[in-house]
Amino acid sequence: MPEASLSLGGKIAVVTGGARGIGLAISETLAANGASVIINVRQDEVRAAEVAARLASDYGVETDFVVGDVALAATADQLARKAFGLGRRLDVYVNNAGILRDGLIGMVPQSDIDTVLGINLQGVIHGVQAAVRVMRRSGGGSIINISSIIGRVGNAGQIVYGAAKAGVIGATMSAAKELAPLGIRVNAIAPGFIATDMTAQLPPQKFRERIESIAMGRIGEPQEIANLALFLSSDLSSYITGQVIGVDGGMLV
Amino acid sequence: MEDRVFAQFADVMSLDPSVDRADLVYNEYPGWDSVAHMTLVAALETEFDCMLEMDDILDMSSFAKAVELIQKYA
Repeated sequence: MPEASLSLGGKIAVVTGGARGIGLAISETLAANGASVIINVRQDEVRAAEVAARLASDYGVETDFVVGDVALAATADQLARKAFGLGRRLDVYVNNAGILRDGLIGMVPQSDIDTVLGINLQGVIHGVQAAVRVMRRSGGGSIINISSIIGRVGNAGQIVYGAAKAGVIGATMSAAKELAPLGIRVNAIAPGFIATDMTAQLPPQKFRERIESIAMGRIGEPQEIANLALFLSSDLSSYITGQVIGVDGGMLV
Repeated sequence: MEDRVFAQFADVMSLDPSVDRADLVYNEYPGWDSVAHMTLVAALETEFDCMLEMDDILDMSSFAKAVELIQKYA
């Protein structure tokens, strides 16, 4: 009988951007499988408090939240300190927070470049730095970075987003090599077209075009990303590190 | 305090108790490289049950500096 399981009982997890979209599905799935979860949101404290309270009550786990922009290193530091305060350990850190600002190359303002790289790429690096501080003391852990299919293959109108998400892949592979001796695994998930507030912003015509580019012929659900995050959080993936796993229904960009 | 800090240095870098503590300088003393530094930070954090600020980790350039910094947390 295999000993490893999907159970996260006794583990402590951080999920950035964990109160909406893919992040919410991940927060809920980790909590449902026994993890205490610390959620980060950028601004919406009321929503964060509601989600944290609901997960605690529905799944009988400890929850907490931190309001702050992941582009600032202090936010990741605060998240790691919360985990440390909660149980002197940190087992799972999901760098999920992300922002989408599309634009043709000649029309991307510097402020968008700074914002997108700050949240989508620097935020991940800060998260890895903070997570390692606690994980190395508790004997290891799993860091999960949410990249994107756009970070692997690019897309017109997404030069900054594509660069940031490709950067996440480079950060993942480098961190995986550096941290493997410490028992810390680092992997990336590359979602395709997923039903979230982010994709709901698309005009109907663009939305249809995207669906037509997916071999499975449908949009993905946040839960389908969360299922992989659960696997990567669990001991079932104990020998998997430095990987980028697509969850895209066979999408071609 | 100083002895507790030294005990972590000694453990991480396999130091002899008779070592001159003034010689312990980051990137100069044999064995105190970046890998040892991160292990040392973890050992100090465990010993003093704290989490150092990133700036303090980067500033911890000697044994004397480490003792000074740790006093903030102990």
